[in-house]
Amino acid sequence: MEKPKGAAVVIIGGGVTGLSAGWWLARSGVDVLVLEKGIVGWEASGRNGGGATHVYSPFGLEEQRLWPQMDELLGYPTEHQPYRIGIALSDAQLALAKRWAEIGETRGFRWELLDRQQLKELVPIAGDNAIGGTYLHFGGHANPQRTVQAYAWALQDHGGRILQHTTVTGLTGRSGRVTAVETTHGSFGADTVIVAAGPQTGLFADMLGFSLPLAPARVEMIATEPLPLMRHGGVAGNGLYGRQTLRGNLVYGGGPHEWINVPDMAAPDHPNTPLVRNLARRLAELLPGAAHLRVIRSWGGVVENTPDGLPVIDRLASPDNVVVATMSSVGFGLSPAVGKALSELVVHGRCLFADLSALALSRFADTPPDWRELVGWIPAAPLEAAAGGGR
Amino acid sequence: MIRGIDPRSVADKPPRAERHVPVVVVGAGAAGVAAAIAAARSGAQVLLVDENPVDNDMMAMDVPLYFGQRMQPSVRNRALMMERVVEANPALAEAHEAGVDVQLGTYVWGAFVNGPTVRELPGPLLGLADDRRSWLVGYDRLVVAAGARDVAMGFPGWERAGAMGASGACSLLTRYRALAADRMVIVGSGSLGLGTAALALQHRVEIGGVVEVGDVVRGEPAVAAALTARGVPIYTSHTIREARGKVGEVESVVIVQVDGELKPVAGSEREIRCDTICLALGLAPNVELLSLVGARLEFVSPLGGWVPQLNELMQTTVSTVFAAGDCTGIHDGMLADPEIARTQGRAAGIAAAESLRSEPPIPLPHRGRGQAEGANLHAYWQTWLRSLVHAGGLEVNICQCEEVTRRELIEVKPPRYLKWESPQMAARSLDTMLRDGPVNQDQIKRLTRAGMGPCQSRRCREQVSLLLAEAAGTSVDKIPLPSFRPPLRPLPLNVLWPVDEPPAMREHWVSWFGIPTQFSPHWEAGMAVAEPTAQAPFILSDE
Repeated sequence: MEKPKGAAVVIIGGGVTGLSAGWWLARSGVDVLVLEKGIVGWEASGRNGGGATHVYSPFGLEEQRLWPQMDELLGYPTEHQPYRIGIALSDAQLALAKRWAEIGETRGFRWELLDRQQLKELVPIAGDNAIGGTYLHFGGHANPQRTVQAYAWALQDHGGRILQHTTVTGLTGRSGRVTAVETTHGSFGADTVIVAAGPQTGLFADMLGFSLPLAPARVEMIATEPLPLMRHGGVAGNGLYGRQTLRGNLVYGGGPHEWINVPDMAAPDHPNTPLVRNLARRLAELLPGAAHLRVIRSWGGVVENTPDGLPVIDRLASPDNVVVATMSSVGFGLSPAVGKALSELVVHGRCLFADLSALALSRFADTPPDWRELVGWIPAAPLEAAAGGGR
Repeated sequence: MIRGIDPRSVADKPPRAERHVPVVVVGAGAAGVAAAIAAARSGAQVLLVDENPVDNDMMAMDVPLYFGQRMQPSVRNRALMMERVVEANPALAEAHEAGVDVQLGTYVWGAFVNGPTVRELPGPLLGLADDRRSWLVGYDRLVVAAGARDVAMGFPGWERAGAMGASGACSLLTRYRALAADRMVIVGSGSLGLGTAALALQHRVEIGGVVEVGDVVRGEPAVAAALTARGVPIYTSHTIREARGKVGEVESVVIVQVDGELKPVAGSEREIRCDTICLALGLAPNVELLSLVGARLEFVSPLGGWVPQLNELMQTTVSTVFAAGDCTGIHDGMLADPEIARTQGRAAGIAAAESLRSEPPIPLPHRGRGQAEGANLHAYWQTWLRSLVHAGGLEVNICQCEEVTRRELIEVKPPRYLKWESPQMAARSLDTMLRDGPVNQDQIKRLTRAGMGPCQSRRCREQVSLLLAEAAGTSVDKIPLPSFRPPLRPLPLNVLWPVDEPPAMREHWVSWFGIPTQFSPHWEAGMAVAEPTAQAPFILSDE
């Protein structure tokens, strides 16, 4: 283990948000260090649907502009693919799909309404249960596992450092500033600290004495064996998000989440449940031509949500050298733009390409401490250990 | 405190078990049947589940055993195979008489228990399936007797039909009486290899030879002598150069002598005619289910690698879960004498049944087994791997499903279909990854895709960890056990899907959290976009 050496910017959390911020900072010449308790991108950042279609967001336009360039900018493959196709099995689903499309249109993007025949030409495994769909000439998707590793490697290529298996244990401050980040591998001095710790971000808020309402939850996905590539892999609908990967697997998630608590810095367990069966059913309904495909894998992840489901990207008033970033469960697709915004917050004191006022922490000033109970975003009562298992 | 309810969460829509059985035993081998009978005789209601007869499509994917496409067409005849599976296992009749509910042809694809982040299950559940549908069974006590599977190692041509595992061959010989092999070469001279050779001869399969990388036969000299007396050549200090044949079939194997450094000796190649190359290097305990229920595993090389921690009652660290037979660790003594597995099974069955009388069951202390007696199997496997790399090179697929070569694995190359090249990528390798932390098989798997295919890494798991250990200069026990995830058998969407889905599941299903403001356009403050559900139509509202 090398002797602890601080950095101008220390980033807590090697998830997709922290890594992207670190990469943007490193490529602009800033001395940056990412502290990660496990392996980079190991939690929800590396196990999600890979969607990159968030034009509703303040980061949306920059997301759309950056993704097609990411492979080249990073020097490593992200498997980014453009276009999205929405399949509707009911009038209500079609109305929703059109609404997403229209939001894009408002931002200057093109889309087409598809009838069943047009849909089946684009998606041969769609069924007669589909009433139509949308064809978005914007948006896209990428491979989360490959992308998080790409950020990490590119960050290192620009001189940034990453310490894996290094858990933050505390923050040392003096005269209204954080001066060092304490870890299981020593103390790291910092001029600026970015907290991008996913579900654990709330623990850092507690540590720093400010209130950040966050509710962690466990979600699940399934993956099938590969099938030949469709023209566009970005096909979703019927209450599922996901894609066909460039290998050909169908990977999809959706459905109910389980609210949980994350009491400490240890990575929360994220096993799968019988929900994988319900996911299989929704997927077979969405793509009846693929109903015979075998499910070969499933996985779970833990994400965190704010009360309004929107990110908090903010520079604290005190300590004034801390930037907080939680994406409220929608972080992967927006990561190229959010990392850039964070780097600008650090370097310029503000985001240069978007107005982030709607994402300020102050909007939760009046959120009651028991907000999770009030909305039911809390875990079920703990069960007898003996009735359960070893987890 | 008024607790709100989030209708989009898992609350109030727990999965339903089709039935509840006090004791479920998984696996009807020697240990499992003994456990089921013992538990039933101790007064418990018992369900014994076994996946045999496995259907042809599953066998063709080398699931659950490495069958190597050496099934006779008769395995498609389900009724005939059911008869044979029952005939081959007379203890099943005894179990039936003891009152055990025996379900054959039934896969166990998952185990689900409550824990810190899963609290909505009505109790511990097993996921079961046959060829047509899946269902859930609740249990109070679980006895896992899931057996073991072959440890495979690649060589040029091992993708050909006819390269297979010894336990796959033995299963096709004895359980199905449907092995399509005329002449077999056995790789490995331990009890498994010699025993498989003897069994094959008994079933009139010719043995073209037994190949052993070590300089002496590993199994009982008497058994080896008996084979030699029947004209079976045993080639010690040899490894495999390649499998040869036309149109994807094995028609011969080329073996080569190795020197003290395990390198091929020039000019010592020997081509042996055979239609089957049977890998009898050793067995890996099937710990997938035990891992899913959260039982603590430990690495004990002489027992085949990762095995459950057990106490004298065959109880795992999860007090409701017991284990017996090959899945708890397998050694040569167990291959020779099935009574060892039966004794374990009886102990587990009795303990499981008796623990039902105390709620919760009394956990006894678990002593770590430490180093069990016997040979370090992984050192032996590492020897094989080294010799195969010397003889076959690095351009050999280590993962057949995803077509990842040994070189691509240790260079951490992105998959070929990405056609990705960049100077940055070229500079990355296992060595550069090791600067950032210890080797992690799951991480390498995600980057290279080795182990990500439909066989669910059954053919490559051990050789991947062994090669990674070798390349990283570490020992294989230092590499964390790669994760297991349901379904533990590759099941079609339309088999896995629930016919018994609770209405609440459909009524409130949304793709993400269903937070109305989460995806609302930021330039229309307060605009809510609510995802439609079965009950609620699409809503667009100003909140």
